[in-house]
Amino acid sequence: MNFNILSILTFLPILGMVIIAVVPNKFERSAKWIALLNSLVLLGLSIYLWTIFDKTNALMQFEEKFRWVPGVNIYYHLGIDGVSLPMVFLTCLLTVLGILVSWNIDHKPKVFFALMLLLTTGMLGVFVALDFILFYIFWELVLLPMYFLIAIWGSSNRMYAAIKFFLYTLFGSVLMLVGILLIFFNSGLKTFDILELANSNSLNLAVNLQNWIFFLLFMGFAIKVPMFPFHTWLPDAHTEAPTAGSVLLAGILLKMGSYGFIRISIPILPDAAKSWSPAIAILAVIGIIYGALASLIQKDLKRLVAFSSVSHMGFVMLGISMLTPTAINGAVLQMFNHGCITGMLFLLVGMIYDRTHTRLIEDMGGLANKLPLWAGILAFTSFASLGLPGLSGFWGEFLVLFGTFNKGSTFAKVMVYISILGIVLGAAYLLWMLQRVIFGNANEKLHDLKKFSWLEFITLAPLIAIIILVGVYPAPILNIINNSVNYILNM
Amino acid sequence: MTQIIQITQIVWFIPLIPFIGFIITFLIFKKFSNAVSKISTIFSGICVLLSLYSVYLVYTKGSFSTEIVWYITGKYYISMGFVADGLSTMMLVVVSIVSFLVHLYSIGYMHKDSRFGLFFVYLQLFSASMLGLVLANNYLQMYIFWELVGLCSYLLIGFWYEKKSASDAAKKAFLTTRVGDVGMMIGILLLFLNTGTLGFTKIFELVEKGFISGSVITASSILLFCGAIGKSAQFPLHVWLPDAMEGPTPVSALIHAATMVAAGVYLVGRSFPLFFASPYAMTVVAVIGVFTAIFAASIAIVQTDIKKILAYSTISQLGYMIFALGLGAYVAGLFHLMTHAFFKALLFLGSGSVIHATGTQEITEMGGLAKKMKTTTWTFITGALSLSGFPLLAGFWSKDEILGFAFDNGRYIFFAIGAFTAFLTAFYMFRLVFVVFGGSLSQKSEHAHESPKTMTIPLIILAIFAIIAGYIGAPFIKGNIAFGEFIKNGIHIKHTEFNFMPMVISVLLALMGILLSYLMYQKKTIPKDWLYKYVKPYYTTLKNKYYIDEFYSKVIIRPGIKFANLINWFDKNIIDGFINIIGKATVIISKGIHLFDLGVIDGFVNWTANETYNSGKRLRKLQTGNVSAYAIIMFAVCAVYIIYLIIRFKF
Repeated sequence: MNFNILSILTFLPILGMVIIAVVPNKFERSAKWIALLNSLVLLGLSIYLWTIFDKTNALMQFEEKFRWVPGVNIYYHLGIDGVSLPMVFLTCLLTVLGILVSWNIDHKPKVFFALMLLLTTGMLGVFVALDFILFYIFWELVLLPMYFLIAIWGSSNRMYAAIKFFLYTLFGSVLMLVGILLIFFNSGLKTFDILELANSNSLNLAVNLQNWIFFLLFMGFAIKVPMFPFHTWLPDAHTEAPTAGSVLLAGILLKMGSYGFIRISIPILPDAAKSWSPAIAILAVIGIIYGALASLIQKDLKRLVAFSSVSHMGFVMLGISMLTPTAINGAVLQMFNHGCITGMLFLLVGMIYDRTHTRLIEDMGGLANKLPLWAGILAFTSFASLGLPGLSGFWGEFLVLFGTFNKGSTFAKVMVYISILGIVLGAAYLLWMLQRVIFGNANEKLHDLKKFSWLEFITLAPLIAIIILVGVYPAPILNIINNSVNYILNM
Repeated sequence: MTQIIQITQIVWFIPLIPFIGFIITFLIFKKFSNAVSKISTIFSGICVLLSLYSVYLVYTKGSFSTEIVWYITGKYYISMGFVADGLSTMMLVVVSIVSFLVHLYSIGYMHKDSRFGLFFVYLQLFSASMLGLVLANNYLQMYIFWELVGLCSYLLIGFWYEKKSASDAAKKAFLTTRVGDVGMMIGILLLFLNTGTLGFTKIFELVEKGFISGSVITASSILLFCGAIGKSAQFPLHVWLPDAMEGPTPVSALIHAATMVAAGVYLVGRSFPLFFASPYAMTVVAVIGVFTAIFAASIAIVQTDIKKILAYSTISQLGYMIFALGLGAYVAGLFHLMTHAFFKALLFLGSGSVIHATGTQEITEMGGLAKKMKTTTWTFITGALSLSGFPLLAGFWSKDEILGFAFDNGRYIFFAIGAFTAFLTAFYMFRLVFVVFGGSLSQKSEHAHESPKTMTIPLIILAIFAIIAGYIGAPFIKGNIAFGEFIKNGIHIKHTEFNFMPMVISVLLALMGILLSYLMYQKKTIPKDWLYKYVKPYYTTLKNKYYIDEFYSKVIIRPGIKFANLINWFDKNIIDGFINIIGKATVIISKGIHLFDLGVIDGFVNWTANETYNSGKRLRKLQTGNVSAYAIIMFAVCAVYIIYLIIRFKF
């Protein structure tokens, strides 16, 4: 491919950022149009990418590889397979929606939209990079714009949340870097290339060292996911971030962690993955139940959704820990679905916050009569989130449970027995939330609510469509995932 | 081949039609609520015709099924398809007829409601899901539609969501049934693990050939049965159904009496070869069923809300069906499912007509309605007689077949409890009839008048069914054998010979029940408060439904919330607090020591912790501009650190 579509995709937002930067301040209102145009082009490119992607091919496609830093064997190496393609598409889609939902931002719009685009480059880079150092650079690149998005446009306690987010994840990623360097210096291959490392059977690492490296990478990825007990940065960051920030944080940033496990930890350190598998499974299952219980009694709507992410990402990690194709298919599908569904929940919460200026559940009520369309979509999304069959959330959870149970071991079965309670708890906190937010009589404090706008509906419509389509017929996306997951596990 | 494709297409259309109806009505219900009600009624009318045709097809050409691969995961194929056989087409007919009549009835019953159109949108979605459930040819697909009917039930119970009691009931229904569904899901997973398939036919084949171990069969049957316990409101998950009466009455008739709650019975019936292979599972099913039957009937005798009485009656009758299946009376159990669907829908719609006229649900506030509402009265009495097992009506044939089976097979305890339940049933039904329709006019009955035609026509049609539907399986015309042959789909069933003894006993008990209620509530020769007078503790226990709700609240819900609060506290103070403690501790340590001297990781941790600690205190006060400087410093330190690492590895 001479077209270099992945490079264009990844660095196009930088171009948009530069254009926004040179726009004179008095035209700062044009920034959002530039950002929107840019993100729409990205979305178009990602859809085009999906159409030209060879669905029967499990290998990396659209690869680009150039020697970048010759002395240390660092390459500029990009490529995508069936695991990264859905994430690339989701990133582009949620970026567009994040920009749309931020349409009325008037505090430093130039900086805001420039940061959004920088963030996009970072996120896309993580999902297309195939060289460790490149991966690491993109990984860290994501931190900076997100930090500023929270710190400048967040709510009351934004400083604390932003610093906590930044330091906590930085802590993890530095451990990850140590892991990367240990592989480089000890594997005998002297390469940072993820594919080469994964493909080589001669990875000359002592078992003990493998386990240590896995642990270091685990710290980086698990904090990002976040897995219990490294999750405490998440409720603060989600709650304080502006809507677009929460959407991308939940929709994409968390997935970078689980993606890391599938792309790096499992293929490069398969033996260590096996020995760490029970520990990860246990933490994942604790996370499922713990997150759901914590969601149950949250008073802040946004915090409730944040804790529900801990629970849902627990399913993703349970699937990954099982190391079987079906369970990991479920995990990847759940990553995609959680991105859509939780992204949508944050969009909805943001929309109601714009009207009520409160996120406290007790201040709401009766919104089904006040804002019927918004309430209907919230109910729809909640049902998708609690895993109602026919909507996308079901298949991810089902495949994770199915794949886990099919391992047949007592341990795996027990994991299913416990985690399946998360499904009941999931229904409990979501239905209770719905009851208090949309049912009942309208709260007196809520009056003169702005009508639900077309712009808002358009922001939500693509996600509604995806949730239904994947929910009814998951084959188109699942086949792509399945091919590559099978390949990764057989490497 | 072409023939098969034709048939296939017709059966596909049966759930598809209301689904298309759902999409159409969903798009236009806001503006054209009247049109919506008519369109959806016509759509469900078409379903009735197609369902009848599908019965004809199966009857003449035998059963057929199709499936396609839905997706592939790892080495497994997940398929979707449908099966049209005697059992599923019988269900199609029942579901579509009741659904059509409820649609028709709702045009009259709901016309003043502000969400008139939306009601029909939900009804269409329900019909589509329920018909889909019936046609499923594998457990996963059944589970999918199983959950979808649960969604519709939730939406319709909470239809008047302004009332807290309604939204509470909706939530309770969904959550309670989901507890059962979790068991069902594990059962499905267990079956797949041991058979490698989810399809009914293949699983039953493997069971029959003895390829599956007994313990797996028992475990998976009981786990699947958990789903049925939830959906069919069996003890101990029955608590949601009485509360579900918060929904509009047509919904109670369709979903919570005739169709969805029978899905649990259908699940057991569909899985009969599996359950039958495990005597232990069969016993569990029978015991739960018979216990629920008498348990719910005893509660019904003291309730005063007309819909609650009927709800407990439904639970009790579902228990009848379940225990029939558990005893091995496959045909009788499903036969009772069919007859019950008609007369219970009739009773609910009749009660709706009464509520419509009087504006109350308390039977004590009604009375003398026979004078005001002729059609409602005689149709309701027909339904009550049919339910009580009055000779030659629909309920008589099916109930008698169940009791006869228990008697013939020497299950005398089951027979005795069943017969006593029949007595209680007749008693509480006619208590209801005499209080509501007999006696003198009460204040609220004064201005009552007969309901409109769209409401009474469904009552008349259902009353006819409540009389004649039993003849399909009536023994004296060999109906029981013909019906059994039609729905058996490959199961080896025992046909029971008609037995006079149990029939006489159960009829006599039913008549005694009617007589007793007549003496207590019509003639008033027996004081109606004798239970209250002589066994007050038992009366209060019944009034409070054996305190099951209170038990759940105390033992599960409240401790659950407490535990959630504890988790939240733990999260804030222990897990998050841990980070702060590290911060505070390392501030002291790092004071005198140079960052790089400490060694790589420690140094970084200290620095991190130090910054975390300080940032909490200081940074909140800073302007955003300064914070960006901070971040740049952090990045610079990070870069230095990376360089240091590389140097350390002597690169």
